Amino acid sequence: MNEADPSSGGWFEDVDREDADSVTESIRTGSAESPAAWPERAVESGFAADEDEYYKILHDATMRATREAVQEAERSDDKQLMHGIRAMDDCERVANELAERVAEWAGSRHEDAETGVEYARELAESDEEDPLVSLAERVRDLDDEAADLRSHVERTAPEVAPNLSALAGPVLAARLIALAGGLKQLARKPAGTVQVLGAEEALFAHLRGRAPSPKHGVIFVHEAVQGTHPDNRGSAARALAGKLAIAARVDHYSGERKPELDAELAERIERIQARDVDE
Amino acid sequence: MSDLPVGVERRAFDGRESLATEGEAVYGEPTADGWRKWDVRRSKLGAMLEKGMDTGLSGGETVLYLGAAAGTTVSHVADFAGPTYAVEFAARPARDLLEAAEPRRNLFPLLKDARKPETYAHVVEPVDVLIQDVATRGQAKVALANRRFLDDDGRLLLAVKARSEDVARDPDAVFEEVLTTLREGYEVLETRSLEPFHDDHLAVVARPD
Ligand SMILES: C[S@@+](CC[C@H](N)C(=O)[O-])C[C@H]1O[C@@H](n2cnc3c(N)ncnc32)[C@H](O)[C@@H]1O
Repeated sequence: MNEADPSSGGWFEDVDREDADSVTESIRTGSAESPAAWPERAVESGFAADEDEYYKILHDATMRATREAVQEAERSDDKQLMHGIRAMDDCERVANELAERVAEWAGSRHEDAETGVEYARELAESDEEDPLVSLAERVRDLDDEAADLRSHVERTAPEVAPNLSALAGPVLAARLIALAGGLKQLARKPAGTVQVLGAEEALFAHLRGRAPSPKHGVIFVHEAVQGTHPDNRGSAARALAGKLAIAARVDHYSGERKPELDAELAERIERIQARDVDE
Repeated sequence: MSDLPVGVERRAFDGRESLATEGEAVYGEPTADGWRKWDVRRSKLGAMLEKGMDTGLSGGETVLYLGAAAGTTVSHVADFAGPTYAVEFAARPARDLLEAAEPRRNLFPLLKDARKPETYAHVVEPVDVLIQDVATRGQAKVALANRRFLDDDGRLLLAVKARSEDVARDPDAVFEEVLTTLREGYEVLETRSLEPFHDDHLAVVARPD
């Protein structure tokens, strides 16, 4: 039972122990049908001087291989999330654009034609063989696709960035990651940059001297900003951006969920909202 | 009540006795004189020892641990066992597992799927003890698939979580079904509920049949 199939050997066979990459590769992608007394075999074959040395090499090799595999898995997870949120935004935008076209077209036929995606959905109900109905069906399908993508983002963002998702909500968290170009990139940004992510166009206008300094980018939609009196929204956005930047760092560097961040944010915002405003 | 394995002791932390092993702290547990408290509420194997199950562990054995997560339990295992292979398939907890393994020369972390033993049989040697805590559907199947690693007189120490198999069904019926599947390859020696430390879990000691 515990005899190895002679065709499938141990991870150290045909591997140069000085070549870290080939060692890592062998741990990660090798395989065998059954286990065998690998430490003994490694010593017999001269790979290691004794079992102590074998285990020392094995420890370094498994640490390195696992670290590499973990990094790769996480890297690809945040990239997947970025594709998801971008596809969701695209579907929503195109659905809205096409809905406008549908409304305009329908308006040329009926006086009581309405506008928006909801109206296109209504038109799509009809079974008529008609180019307008067919276009309305596309709007409905795109809108359904956007909803599916939204649930996908809501499910995966908390896995990729548990703290950021808890503070910002999964959709906004995904949007911030996408705007930064990845979780690692977001984790390296100072709070001031996080605050204006997504407001790049407004920022460039400001730098060219044509507009006031933007106070907030996509985080503007967050309830911490929306629920604050306009006079205090700048402070709220700054406080929020600060906590989001910390959450992104925790997510990237440790990945551990820290519920105390939620409480700290709530407390900061509560204090800002309690400030007097000049009427 | 069976004896604790060598390397596991009852020690006082803040005036309260608790299981403990000797090693570097991993999850913020209290330490004293180089010993770290083994929080049995966070560890099913710890709860099995606390409840006096006959695990057959004596210390120094070779171990394959499936479902290592962030390394809470497997770090204690590595403190008293010999070569300890830790398999976990989720990247996020595996990052913490790496930290627990860093100072433990006998702990070998592997980011692998326990349903595919052939992807780590080229690394893992035959073991005296197979510990499994995967909390996922098909727990008995995972134990059967990994039976190939276990020496003929080795022990399987298994924590079965009923809700992982089926949230809606009566836990006792789920446990019965898991045990029936398990008996295709194992002789079940002892089973015990892990209450009050862990709800909804059945602990199983078995040996290859
Ligand atoms: C209840 S947790 C384990 C806790 C850990 N044993 C401890 O006490 O420190 C279950 C773990 O099993 C992992 N898991 C589930 N299915 C798995 C599989 N097929 N292969 C490897 N790990 C798996 C999960 O990712 C999770 O981290």
